[in-house]
Amino acid sequence: MNSVANTIQAVPLNHYILLSALIFSIGVMGVLLRRNAIIIFMSVELMLNSVNLLLTAFSVYRGDAAGQVFVFFIMALAAAEVAVGLAIIVMIYRNTNSIDINVLNRLKW
Amino acid sequence: MTTLIIISVLPIVLLYLGLYKAQKALLPVTIIGMLVALGAAVCAWNKDDVAQPIYHGMMLFNNYSVAFSVVSIISTILILMLSKGYFEKISNHIAEYYAIVLFSLAGIVVMVSYHNLTMLFVGIEIMSVSLYILAGIRKNDFASNESALKYFLMGAFSTGFLLFGIALIYGSSGSFDLDGIRDYVLTHPRNIDPIFYTGVLLIIVGLCFKVGAAPFHFWTPDVYEGAPSLITAYMSTVVKAAGFAAFLRLFLSCFGSIAAFWSPVLMVITIITLFIGNITALYQQSFKRMLAFSSISHAGYLLFAIVALGAASASSIFMYATAYSIASIIAFGALVLVRQQTGTDDVDGFNGLAAKNPFLAFVLTVSMLSLAGIPLTAGFIGKFFMFSGALLQYKYIMVIVAVVNAIISIFYYFRVIIAMYFRSAERAEVQIPGYYKFVLGFAAVVTIAIGVYPSLISGLLI
Repeated sequence: MNSVANTIQAVPLNHYILLSALIFSIGVMGVLLRRNAIIIFMSVELMLNSVNLLLTAFSVYRGDAAGQVFVFFIMALAAAEVAVGLAIIVMIYRNTNSIDINVLNRLKW
Repeated sequence: MTTLIIISVLPIVLLYLGLYKAQKALLPVTIIGMLVALGAAVCAWNKDDVAQPIYHGMMLFNNYSVAFSVVSIISTILILMLSKGYFEKISNHIAEYYAIVLFSLAGIVVMVSYHNLTMLFVGIEIMSVSLYILAGIRKNDFASNESALKYFLMGAFSTGFLLFGIALIYGSSGSFDLDGIRDYVLTHPRNIDPIFYTGVLLIIVGLCFKVGAAPFHFWTPDVYEGAPSLITAYMSTVVKAAGFAAFLRLFLSCFGSIAAFWSPVLMVITIITLFIGNITALYQQSFKRMLAFSSISHAGYLLFAIVALGAASASSIFMYATAYSIASIIAFGALVLVRQQTGTDDVDGFNGLAAKNPFLAFVLTVSMLSLAGIPLTAGFIGKFFMFSGALLQYKYIMVIVAVVNAIISIFYYFRVIIAMYFRSAERAEVQIPGYYKFVLGFAAVVTIAIGVYPSLISGLLI
């Protein structure tokens, strides 16, 4: 366990923050720019996972387990969200034969 | 605490009732169970001297959480009573609807009583995931599908912001606990880590998404319009009130001393929200969509209490959320009834209602007056508390903007009243079932009672 912590701490904390921020931004851009519901969904997962990475890094640097426990909460709830989200996407696909969010313009934005 | 346990176990009981085809028993069991939960919440009132964080500092049931739990439970009971005979038209599996509504209520109880950011996140997610399903329960209706997908994508997106904010705050303060974060802010008055500020901003973005404040409001009208009316009523009353309760709890207990940093941001958000909500509502022909935009503008008024953070904030948010929830329940109840007869959501559908249904027209008038903030209704008292709180902190510009907006809002609320009383149309009498009469009458009486005797609830949270 200690060796894992040492390996993680071999990289400065700022690098983790920058990497997470970068992945998070990629996720945000994906949500805003892509039109396919599944891809948007994957981008959201990317955002959540960048948070997981950041929490783990902080947790190791502070020697505090709370951050890693939070990661488990995020994983569990993200899984619940995936179950519901994929069901909604399947429901849309059955009705429209498409998962492109541009077909969803019956209601005005 | 007992409240949360009852509200979490009740939906499982309901699912079993559904499994054994006891359709008739669903609503009575739900209402009785929720009344028990309500009683348990009321019993926890004023145990403030013994209220300590429980479960390793995860939750704290103080008067604040009891008050908001009680309002949420009462509003949910009223909405579920309106739903008798409503869900049956949508599908045969009605036990699930009651169960999912109650699961989301369990999330709301967690949201108003968290004492650790973990629980804030868990509560928001329990509530949101249930709502994604509820928004899309009309499986073959395209508008409902679309509303579910939009709500889901936007909700998950905003959760990402909220989580990134929480992660940054953890990184700088080293704690998820509200007390821990507060201590960090207090012990570092000069040298707070910049990433802490970034975290606060990201949390503001995430929570503003959840409560539907501009410029993060764009999902609100579509989701509210596409979802079934009673679900919209639930989302725009109970969920919004709980969102603000969670918002205020975080800011009141942790970020009070760095208000100079975030209050200009929230002030801009408030002013944009007020203008966008009210001005767009003016142009809506559909009553339901008009209510959606009006809920955005009410989010703006509710933000007042957070911008002018102080000891009275909890009390004014409680007042305003109660007044707004009760008036909105009347409006949505009337919409469901009129829609069943005319088949349209438009304001024109209300033409000539007063001649045939004086009772319905009267309660809807009370609700519109309360939403517009006319004296002698609860809405006026709510606005009064909000504005006086802001004036105490010399936020003149905000109050002027808000008064201008209140005047704009009178225009579109009164359009409904004018349609009911002064336009004539060939129409038959709308049949009002007994339980609708009870709910609408009760809500109207409460609205007027709070308007005339505000001290009934105004002193509770000080």
